[in-house]
Amino acid sequence: MMTWARRQRALADYTLAALSRRKGKNIALVAIFSLVVFALSSAMFFAAALRHETTVVLRDAPEIVVQKLIMGRQDLIPGDVVDTIAGFRGVTSAKGRLWGYYYDRIDGANYTVMVPDDPALIPPVGHVAVGEGVPRARGLAWEGAPLFLSRYEGDLKRFDVDRTFSRDSALMTADLVLMNPQDFRAFFDIPEGLYTDVVATVRNQNEVATIVTKASNALPQMRFVTRADIERTYQKLFDWREGLLVVLAGAGLLAFAIFAAEKASGLSAEEAREIGILKAVGWDTRDVIAMKMWEGGLVSLGAFLIGTVAGFAHVFLFDGVLFAPVLRGWAVIYPDFALAPHIDGVQLMTLALLTVVPYMAATVVPVWRTASGDPDAVMR
Amino acid sequence: MITLNAVTKLYNEGRPNEFAALHEIDLTLARGAMSVLRGPSGSGKTTLLSILACMARPTSGRVSIDGELVSGLPERFLTELRRTTFGFVFQRFNLVRGLTALENVMLPTVPLGADYGQTRDRAMARLEALGLADKAAMPIEHLSGGEAQRTAIARALINDPPILIADEPTANLDTALAEKFLAILADERAAGRTVILTSHDPRIWEAEGVDRIVTLRDGRIVEGELVEGVA
Repeated sequence: MMTWARRQRALADYTLAALSRRKGKNIALVAIFSLVVFALSSAMFFAAALRHETTVVLRDAPEIVVQKLIMGRQDLIPGDVVDTIAGFRGVTSAKGRLWGYYYDRIDGANYTVMVPDDPALIPPVGHVAVGEGVPRARGLAWEGAPLFLSRYEGDLKRFDVDRTFSRDSALMTADLVLMNPQDFRAFFDIPEGLYTDVVATVRNQNEVATIVTKASNALPQMRFVTRADIERTYQKLFDWREGLLVVLAGAGLLAFAIFAAEKASGLSAEEAREIGILKAVGWDTRDVIAMKMWEGGLVSLGAFLIGTVAGFAHVFLFDGVLFAPVLRGWAVIYPDFALAPHIDGVQLMTLALLTVVPYMAATVVPVWRTASGDPDAVMR
Repeated sequence: MITLNAVTKLYNEGRPNEFAALHEIDLTLARGAMSVLRGPSGSGKTTLLSILACMARPTSGRVSIDGELVSGLPERFLTELRRTTFGFVFQRFNLVRGLTALENVMLPTVPLGADYGQTRDRAMARLEALGLADKAAMPIEHLSGGEAQRTAIARALINDPPILIADEPTANLDTALAEKFLAILADERAAGRTVILTSHDPRIWEAEGVDRIVTLRDGRIVEGELVEGVA
């Protein structure tokens, strides 16, 4: 055991000396390798954290959302449907919701305007609560500045801003404008007794599918969207966006793979000669391979570590400044929020397999082919 | 005793540019003697030396060391032989660039897993004996030809092999350095080490302590002269 450890130490020492002999080349190699890992890990960290965040946020969302569809488009839903849904066995509560989108001609942003479910959050008449993106998009310079909304040329409605939501909840609240139901109905011209949709909570999570089936049969003109459906949609959206970045980073990976393949195709005359010398002075083929594995391991694991740590810092310390617009969305108001660090171990393992393993193979295979020969033949 | 029976070495076997570097060589070299292989360029000296040192395999024929057949041994046994039996000084020294003289000398000990401190002391002692103690930390690119050669000798002797082999050892040295080198070889022989050299330098053939001169031409032994008291 002692001999083995000393042998490994001696091989590692030799490897470090060998790496430092080709300092420039190796630094460039580690830099390119790290850059590829950085791009891939940033995309993966960002999407994994977003998915995690979405799951956490949706945990408190209602289990079922009911929408009325006419000719495939969403329509206002009558209040009596709320009572019908509340009457289904297993449903603990059903509430009509009021929400919609408002296009702000001033800054080109889309706001989500809604009446909150929680009565404690409902602002008084003439007041609103807004997400942190709204004053940012509007360029409102001071806390509590009034919000003027205009539906058409010549129309102007003033709302006093009671509260601005913090950055912590920005993923869900960035573009939000919360209104009193009276203001909402007046602003969007919605008659009393009609709602945008209905949300229902159920007693037993496992019964959601059964309740939806029964409710669909009873109310065929309604669409029932479960929390799981919403979560899946978000996940797919982030998967798709992550895919875009991974494809871009994949181009870098491909370039790196071409480099690795070129490396795998053969050793330089100098490298082959050195292997010949090592064999001539008593190194075994296994010793040479072990030394090259140290070399490949130090380069690839070093680059993987640098790239991964840089990716982590980029996403969680610097809010993914380089990739945020792609991953968060292209809206005028994209959420300005700090992601809670969340790492997907499987993704990280995949990343390591995609980068470290091919590089190790590209390093070791040609060395093995060369070192298998007689020292005399290798040196020639 | 190293014995070669009907050793033939072909390069590029089966290709249009195939050529025979050695033809049916029969040779016995005694332990503790200093033997010189001489001959013009292309006569097969270096190839023969490589086969003797187990760094190349003969295409046909047998190589035995102390009666044990080694030409058919698998690679790992040959590695063991190279480690324990031979020290090789190459014509162009074949030191690893970028490493210091000391690191080069320690190179054969790396895979052995030996104690670093002891190995380092041993390497330093070898360098010191060859007058290179002050050059130990110097990269080999900065050494003169003579210093590089002595470093190569120190490396060849670090594992204390019973057989020292040198290929054209004086080809890159001036007269003074060549004489110094011959003195080192004479010391090694006197210490009981078997020394085998290739050379077309008359200074080597005529040197004191040479026991046997074998002349090669076109891959064949044309003369196997005994100089004096071969063991």
